[in-house]
Amino acid sequence: MTEATLINPLDTLVDQFPSGWVKKDERPGYSGFIVEREHLLEFARTMRDDFGFDYLSMVTASDYLAEGKFDVVYYAYKTIGGPALIFKVQVPREDAVVPSLVALYPGADFQEREVWDLMGIRFEGHPDLRRILMWEGFEGHPLRKDWKEPFYEEDVKPYKSRWPEGKPVNADDRNPFNDNVQYPTGFDPERWVPEAETLLYSGLQRTTHNEEFKTDELIVNMGPQHPSTHGVFRMVVSLQGEKIVDLKPVMGYLHRNHEKIAERNTFLQNMPFTDRLDYTTSMSNNFAYALAVEKLMGLQVPERADYIRVLMAELTRIMNHFFATGFLLNDLGVYFTASLYAIEERELILDIFEEISGSRMMCNYFRFGGVVRDVSDEVLKKIHNLVYDRIPRKLDQFDAYLTNNEILRTRCEGVGVLTADQAIALSTAGPILRASGVPYDVRRADPYSIYDRLEFDVITGNHGDIYDRYLVRVAEIKESIKIVKQLLRDIPSGPILAGKPAYQVRVPAGESYGRVEGPKGEMGFYIVSNGKPNPERYHVRAPTFINLTSLAPMSRGEKVADVVVILGAIDIVLGEVDR
Amino acid sequence: MKNFGKRFGVMSSLGVTMGHFFNTYIVDLVKGKKRYRTTEGIEARRQSDTEGIFTIQYPEEQLPLPEEFRVLPFLVYDEGENGEKNLRCTACGICSKVCPPQCIWIYRATDPATGKPSPHPAEFHIDIDICMNCGFCAEYCPFDAIKMDHDFELSGYTRGESHVFGLDTLMKPVSYYESIRPANAAREAAARAEKAKPKA
Repeated sequence: MTEATLINPLDTLVDQFPSGWVKKDERPGYSGFIVEREHLLEFARTMRDDFGFDYLSMVTASDYLAEGKFDVVYYAYKTIGGPALIFKVQVPREDAVVPSLVALYPGADFQEREVWDLMGIRFEGHPDLRRILMWEGFEGHPLRKDWKEPFYEEDVKPYKSRWPEGKPVNADDRNPFNDNVQYPTGFDPERWVPEAETLLYSGLQRTTHNEEFKTDELIVNMGPQHPSTHGVFRMVVSLQGEKIVDLKPVMGYLHRNHEKIAERNTFLQNMPFTDRLDYTTSMSNNFAYALAVEKLMGLQVPERADYIRVLMAELTRIMNHFFATGFLLNDLGVYFTASLYAIEERELILDIFEEISGSRMMCNYFRFGGVVRDVSDEVLKKIHNLVYDRIPRKLDQFDAYLTNNEILRTRCEGVGVLTADQAIALSTAGPILRASGVPYDVRRADPYSIYDRLEFDVITGNHGDIYDRYLVRVAEIKESIKIVKQLLRDIPSGPILAGKPAYQVRVPAGESYGRVEGPKGEMGFYIVSNGKPNPERYHVRAPTFINLTSLAPMSRGEKVADVVVILGAIDIVLGEVDR
Repeated sequence: MKNFGKRFGVMSSLGVTMGHFFNTYIVDLVKGKKRYRTTEGIEARRQSDTEGIFTIQYPEEQLPLPEEFRVLPFLVYDEGENGEKNLRCTACGICSKVCPPQCIWIYRATDPATGKPSPHPAEFHIDIDICMNCGFCAEYCPFDAIKMDHDFELSGYTRGESHVFGLDTLMKPVSYYESIRPANAAREAAARAEKAKPKA
C-alpha cells in the first residue's frame, strides 16, 4: 500500500494517465471515468496496485441502443473503506469485445460470464467464457434492448391492453412456441438431442497420478436435484479418490431474467419483484433498491422512516443468520433438529413482518422516500421483548448447543479456507469476507441511512474457515441486537414517507448504484434512468452469486463430503443466484 | 459447571436437545389442555416467552391473521337501500396501471344514451394465477374500491378459466371489508367524511 491509497486521488485521476486514456464521464447524471478499451488492463492494474482499489465489487453492462454502443461498468472499492471508483468502457454494438479483468480481479469471473451471456459482450482473455445463466443452445442475448421475450406485449408497462378495454387472455391459451420465440437456425425441438457438455467437462482440472495409492478419477455431478444444494444448483466435481481436484458450479435453472422484467416495469413496480430475489432477506433487498432510486430522485427520507428501515434490515439479518446457521447443521448431516431450533426465532420475526407489511416473506414494505405504513407501539413492544429477552436467551442456548460441539468443530475447523487476499480478490462479501479477517462492512465502509450514528462492531474471523463463518454469523446476530436496542431507544415520531404516496415517480435521467450490507453480503442495485417512467437499465449485484465464485477455490483439495458444508456456509439462495 | 460445555461439547449439546424434549411434556402438563385448539392457547404460543411445542397445527388450529395480511384483491361495494350493489370502482384504471405483473383487466362501461365512457367497470377481471399479492392496487386506489382479501385457502379442482376472476367473484360487500380490516375501514371512512364536509 502506498501513500496514494490513503488519500483520495480521484479528482486528478485523469492527469495521472497519458492523454486520451481516461476521461471523465460528463453525461448529465453520470459519474466516474471512461477508459479506452485498449488501456483498460493497464488502468485497472494501476488502480489496484497503486491506488488501493483492491475490491472489484460489480461488473455489469448497459445497452444504449440509440447510440449504438454498450457501456461496460465497473465498480471498485478499497477494502479500507471509502467511495467507489466507477469506470466504464464504451464499445460499439457491432464490435463488442472488452479485455477481461479476471487475471487482475478473479472475482470478475462469473460476472463477466453473466455479461457475455445476457448482453453478448465478449471478454478477451477470459479463461472460461461460457454462458452461465442461459442454456448453451440459447439464441441471442436477452438483455440487449432489441431482444424480445416470449409473451412479449409491449416494451414497457403498463400495457395498453389492460385498460380501458381490457379483455383477459387466459395464460394457458397463449402459446409460448409462437411468433416471438427465437431458435437457432435449423432447430427442431422434436429431433434435438442435448449436446454432451464437453466444454464444461473439458474445462475441469484433472490429475492423473496419485503418489500414495491407486485411485480412480471420477467426474461426479452433484445436483441439480440434490438435497444439499439448497435448490436447483449443480456442482460438477472431478475427484481423485475422495479428494476434490476441481469443481465447477452450474446455475441458471431458476433463471427468469429478473433484470429484463424489471426494465419493462415502472420503477415502483420493481419493488415487489426485489422481494422475490431472496425469500429470507426481502427487507434488505427493498432497502437497497429504494436507496438506489432515491439517490437518483434526490429524496430525503424522514427520520422515523429511516429508523424503521434500519430496524427491519437488522431484524432481517438476525433472521437470516439464524436460518443460515441452522441449515449449516442440516448440511452437516444432523438433519432438522438444529434448523428447527433456529426457525423458532425466525417465525417470531416473521410474525412482526406480517403484522406491519401484510406478508411474512414477500414484504414489499419500502417505498421511495420512506416506508408504506407506520409501526405501531405494540409491534415495537414485541420487538423489544424479542431483543431484550428471547433472542439473547436462545442465542446462549444455541451457543451451548453448537459452539463447542466436538463434531461440529471437527467438521468445520480448517475446512473451506479462504485467505484474506483470496477473499478480497474473489470479490466475496458479507460474512465470508469478514470471516477471512477483512473488516469490510458496507455499514461502516460507506455508511448509508443512519448507520453512521449507530454503535456496533464489525465482526471478523481469524482463519477464514467454515467454523469462523459460523462464529461471525452468531456474533453478528449479537451486534444486530445491539443495533435494534439503540433504535428502539431513539426512534422518533413523525412522518414515515417524504411527500405524498404516488404510483408514478419521476426519476431524473442518470445512473446510480445503491448498496446495503445485506445479511449475505453487499446487495446492490445499479440503475440507469432516461427520465421515462421505466428504468433503462436495472442490474442486481446479487451477493450470493458473486460469493459462489469462491466455491471452487475453497473446495479444491477438500473431501467430497465437505463440499456440501462449504456450499452451505456460503448461504446461497438460488432465487438470487439465478435471478 | 462453567467450563463443562468447553470440555464436553457433545454432552452439552445433547443436554440442550434433552432439555427441549422434556420441556415439551412439562409445559403441556403444567399448562393443560387449553394450550391447544383455543384462541388464547395459540396466542400464548406466539409470545416471546413461549416454551414447549411451538408449532401451530394447521388446519385444526389457525394463526390469527393480522389486519394488514394480504391475499388477492377484491372489489368493495356499498349496499344501497333496496339491496342494490353500488360498486365503488370508477374504472379509472390506476390499479391496472400500477399492477406489477399486469393481472388486472378493466373494460370501462359506456353510457348507452350518450355513447361516452361512464365511470363504471363493465367488466373487471383479475387473473389470480398472475397476481403476486403485492397490494399495490389497494394501496393506490383513490376511491377505496379495491382491497386485499384475507382468504388464503384457495385450492380448487380446476385451473385456467376458473382462475380468471370476474366481477361476480370479486365483488364483496363493505360489511365484509369492515369485518376483516376494521381499523383501516374506520380510518378511510373518517377521511372520506372529512373530505365531504366542506362541500356540504
